[in-house]
Amino acid sequence: MAQAIDYSIFVRHDGPLAEMDLAVEGVGCAGCIRKIEGGLKRVPGIVDARLNFTSRRLAVQWRDRDIDAGQVLGALERIGYHGHPFATADAEADDTRHAKWLLRCLAVAGFAAMNIMLLSVSVWSGNAGDITQETRDLFHWLSALIALPTAAYAGQPFFQSAWRVLRLRKVNMDVPISLGVILALGLSLVETINHAEHAYFDSAVMLLFFLLCGRYFDHAMRQKTRAVAGNLAALKSEMAHRFDGSEVVTVPVAALRPGDRVLIRPGDRVPADGTVINGVSEIDDSLITGETEKRAVGPGATLYAGSVNFAGTLSVKVTAAGSATLIDEIERLLEGAVGAKSRYVRLADRAARLYAPVVHTAAAMTAAGWLIAGASLHDAIVVAISVLIITCPCALALAIPAVQVVASGALFRAGLIVNSGDAIERTAEADTVIFDKTGTLTMPDPCVQNRANVPPDVLESAARLALSSRHPLAAAVAREAISKMPFDGASEESGRGVRALVDGAEARLGSAEFCEIDPAELSASHNAATSLIAFSHGDRRALFTVSQSLRPDAIAVARRLRALGLELAILSGDRAEAVAPVADALGLASWQAGLKPAEKIAFIEHMKAQGRRVLMVGDGLNDAPALAAAYASISPISAAHLTQAQADAVFMGERLEPVLDAVLLSRRARTLMRQNLWLAVAYNAIAVPIAMAGLVTPLIAAAAMSGSSILVTLNALRARTGSVPGRRPSLAAVQKVQSA
Amino acid sequence: MNILIFLVPIALGLGLTGLCAFLWSLRAGQYDDLEGAALRPLSDDDLGR
Repeated sequence: MAQAIDYSIFVRHDGPLAEMDLAVEGVGCAGCIRKIEGGLKRVPGIVDARLNFTSRRLAVQWRDRDIDAGQVLGALERIGYHGHPFATADAEADDTRHAKWLLRCLAVAGFAAMNIMLLSVSVWSGNAGDITQETRDLFHWLSALIALPTAAYAGQPFFQSAWRVLRLRKVNMDVPISLGVILALGLSLVETINHAEHAYFDSAVMLLFFLLCGRYFDHAMRQKTRAVAGNLAALKSEMAHRFDGSEVVTVPVAALRPGDRVLIRPGDRVPADGTVINGVSEIDDSLITGETEKRAVGPGATLYAGSVNFAGTLSVKVTAAGSATLIDEIERLLEGAVGAKSRYVRLADRAARLYAPVVHTAAAMTAAGWLIAGASLHDAIVVAISVLIITCPCALALAIPAVQVVASGALFRAGLIVNSGDAIERTAEADTVIFDKTGTLTMPDPCVQNRANVPPDVLESAARLALSSRHPLAAAVAREAISKMPFDGASEESGRGVRALVDGAEARLGSAEFCEIDPAELSASHNAATSLIAFSHGDRRALFTVSQSLRPDAIAVARRLRALGLELAILSGDRAEAVAPVADALGLASWQAGLKPAEKIAFIEHMKAQGRRVLMVGDGLNDAPALAAAYASISPISAAHLTQAQADAVFMGERLEPVLDAVLLSRRARTLMRQNLWLAVAYNAIAVPIAMAGLVTPLIAAAAMSGSSILVTLNALRARTGSVPGRRPSLAAVQKVQSA
Repeated sequence: MNILIFLVPIALGLGLTGLCAFLWSLRAGQYDDLEGAALRPLSDDDLGR
């Protein structure tokens, strides 16, 4: 690249040293670590380079006066790797902090659980033998000494969450957990003071330990998928050409501010919303509206980030940059739609709503029953609390997170990044799938349709010539190239095409008149849904039709989704003539074309009113409100940023198969969640009567708690294997995830 | 049972040492790149110096 790129927005300064994080492509083996780190450290000026192999990220530190960020990237490029500057999103930094905190809590709880168990086992065996009162009291006091600070520290994740929902006058699973822990510790302390035989310090701390394990793994899984999503975003991040005075500087899109003037060349993506100052061109708005026909723009026209400039060079004034990029109508619709999803009550919370009152009533009735039967107040309370401890929702609280962890791992291997915790449950409950067309059912980039009608050697020369052009239509032709070697001396004429001398004759690729194609032939192959690009070499001529084609497995996926009992429909912003053939190919009777974002929402609301649960799959900015309004939503990785943020899950790769996997895996996960809940109920049905009869000792409590937790966790592991009958997770998706 | 006066503090002390070591390693970033740590010993670039 001839122009220097200004990366200053990604660089952190620390005295004379500068530091930058890069997401690195193509890191795959142990040798890469040595090559990258060793190679960079040999560059004068670079102080340190450290590659994190897990997250595929590289931290480089250099002396500011010797070298700059562009040169660092250049050095990495010479070693053979492509780096993308990276600014850690705030959400990801928060996540990392939270994960470390959970791990510290887990470590403290683990230490305490082991030591208290050491003391408890001594007491249990002593109770059966000849332990003295003094020794037992000493051991109980020691346990209390460990358990109370531990609960105060490691119990915080549960206490905080319970307090948050209690203030909103709601109940979640953390309320009975917190209550159980506090009561168990309180009771044990009182019993210890009274020199009693039994104390439940071990149960309380072990409960915390098991639950923190579940919570940490859940968080770690989400963090891992989020890191991959972050890397993909960095790989996608684009550059803009900004005017600094009369000079043009290439800067990352994140550095643009409203009021900046940017240059948009043919083939560039519009980096931010803006108004055209001068220049005329054709704009492809398909990522914004789903419309595949180009829009002609001139001075004063409004452009939206994500559109592609097809024809001329434009100079544009930025009106909104970065995440502020939003079309008014879509913003308004989004505000209304987002509330719908937050009304969903998770399976675990639904269970907690039932569970908490039932258990607390049972405990109260136990106390009353024992009082009526003539027991002392102290004994009645001890038995009532032991009911609370034994029902303490260890298995119940692990039942769902355990499945979630295993299922999101399986989904990740199938090429899906899950954004929200309850997405799996909601996807499993969907009974209708609504697809957007452009970019979702079809490939995000257009491709050559008539390759069968063109001689292979002509196609190959055209494709190799196309490698030298920046035009989007040429890019479609370039993808057909078998050898990725561009011709020497190719030159591009803006607005017309590209030419080069090949085998002694001039080859041209571009507009029909540039290649001297007969106008009669031109009108014969013309069609509103396709674009034409012409090629000439000596006296040979060829005309390529370029349009969006279906994803390779779209038809098969549609058939299998229908076989699963789901109803399918297409809602597109594109014209009817472009949607009808797609609906026809997929065998869908239900489709609508030319819809505005508000009409898409209206359709979904209509479905909802009929009691349907809609899984929306879409990629355009115009789909964002519909994704937010739907019961569950998925978008491809090529989708607009805002759209991805609204989706419950994002899928990678060219195939549509991950949508099918999402449905299959989440249905299986939901079955396992329900099984686990029933296992927990069955456990309680056995344990509660024993506790009510006053027969529970700390030994029984500990055994029951760990036994039920292990059972539930083992059952959850079944979400991992044999998930999709007769098929392994797609290899391409796995490789894509790993190389990212 | 007087032996407990020594054994209990020793047991707790050992446990606490383990906990402190873990918390230190967490703070020092030892768990940030688990896959990379497994591969680093395979490179021989420290031998030539």
